[in-house]
Amino acid sequence: MAVFVEIAHISLRYGAAVGGVLALNDISLSFDRGKFIAVVGPSGCGKSTLLKAISGLWPRTSGTMRVGGEEVHGPLKIVGMAFQNATLLPWRNTLENVLLPLQVVETHRNQFRRRRRQHEERALALLELVGLAEFARKSVWELSGGMQQRAQLCRALIHEPSLLLLDEPFGALDAFTREELWVVLQRLWLEKKPTVVLVTHDLREALFLADRVHVMSARPGTFVAERHFEAPRPRPLEIIYSHGFVDMVHELRARIDEARSPASAQKTAPAR
Amino acid sequence: MTLQRHMPWIAVVTLFLIWEAAIRLFNIPPFILPAPSALFEALWKWRSEIAGHSLQTFLTTVAGFGIAMVAGMAIGVALGSSAWVYRSVYSLLIGFNTIPKVALVPILVMWFGVGAVPAIITAFLISFFPIVVNVATGIATVEPELKDVLRALGARNRDVIWFIGIPRSLPFYFASLKIAITFAFVGSIVSENVAANSGIGHLMTVASSRFEVPLAFAALFVIALMGVLMYVLTAMVEKRMTAWSVRGTHLAAG
Repeated sequence: MAVFVEIAHISLRYGAAVGGVLALNDISLSFDRGKFIAVVGPSGCGKSTLLKAISGLWPRTSGTMRVGGEEVHGPLKIVGMAFQNATLLPWRNTLENVLLPLQVVETHRNQFRRRRRQHEERALALLELVGLAEFARKSVWELSGGMQQRAQLCRALIHEPSLLLLDEPFGALDAFTREELWVVLQRLWLEKKPTVVLVTHDLREALFLADRVHVMSARPGTFVAERHFEAPRPRPLEIIYSHGFVDMVHELRARIDEARSPASAQKTAPAR
Repeated sequence: MTLQRHMPWIAVVTLFLIWEAAIRLFNIPPFILPAPSALFEALWKWRSEIAGHSLQTFLTTVAGFGIAMVAGMAIGVALGSSAWVYRSVYSLLIGFNTIPKVALVPILVMWFGVGAVPAIITAFLISFFPIVVNVATGIATVEPELKDVLRALGARNRDVIWFIGIPRSLPFYFASLKIAITFAFVGSIVSENVAANSGIGHLMTVASSRFEVPLAFAALFVIALMGVLMYVLTAMVEKRMTAWSVRGTHLAAG
């Protein structure tokens, strides 16, 4: 299978070329279509910045990036995104929120009115898949936090994006809801097979969901380790209590501590 | 709950009763402060004149307000969505808004002559500013994540404004319309006061020069009535258009 996303030695600097903040440093990452990639790292390491760079929303400072064989220069137009805040539109009901991308994406917008019924059926099927079918006509504020995240995932997938970028989508949820949504996201992924990049600080989330987990260092963010957790899909939630899984969590945990230490060592070092 | 519902009327009637009682109790002459009974008497006596002038004022105000609704929305969208426009126009707008609109009326009269046109323009000028500021705020404060969601779908700037900015700023817009409509009345009446041959403002000037104090008060009463009427109308439209922003609060039931 051909490599779908190919990122080679990219760096990203905020602000001025001199004196700005170097957020990403020499990151390389390649993956095939349909893969589930996770990036974990300490808070503020530039994980979200990496997603912005991959989506093309923020220009990289150096390095090359190809998606589907094409060099990326501006925002990609095929990406689904989901964030920690559900960012649903309160003046639309759940179904209308899920339909939003179809009104915007180039290939759909002109036919939106004509094919509305068809689109609605698709949206309802997605909502069904995440267990929100009865809430399709409800207002956003009638949904719980977990339900809003489910709706957001549907919105990110309705236009069948080839690339799904998730920025800590479950970060603000309680532990039970979060684990429930891991299963929901896995089901969505197995059903629709989008290529996913998930950014998170939750090691278990990353290992449970992803084919491959990359560990990022503290700022300037760079990859320091890579792990594969092999297990047949769909993975049952109980797997997170298995020995192999727990061992890998511990190992990654240690990696993250290592990744953090250079920064803290720098802080405590005497001024030169 | 039903009593609470009727409180607006009860409050108005109570005010009039206290006013009437005070006039009689302290024996205040009608050329200083007429009693409500005298006010209503004048209202009845001059009903056809008052009706004609009110209609004139009402139409000029609504015309000016209508222009302000459209222009305010357009300028607000431009200001809120472009940092360039914002930087170049905002201080100009504030400076202009600081100019008392009464001072402009003589100039408008020189340009357009005595009549409805200066009144419409004054009503517009005085009422469009709060609309602009509110719409611009609503649009400028769209969550960045939401913009990213759309831009990652290939959305252009105007899609972000159309699908998010404008709906999001509607509650701000209608809130500002409630302020703007009362301002618009101030604008048209001030202009009629200074230079017009008809309208409530003109009627008041005439009435006070003839010491017809009850008539002047009757005119004031009609202005207040029209203001409340338009306010209620705007509030009703607001309630229909932006029900999503008030959730289940009872405040919306006003």
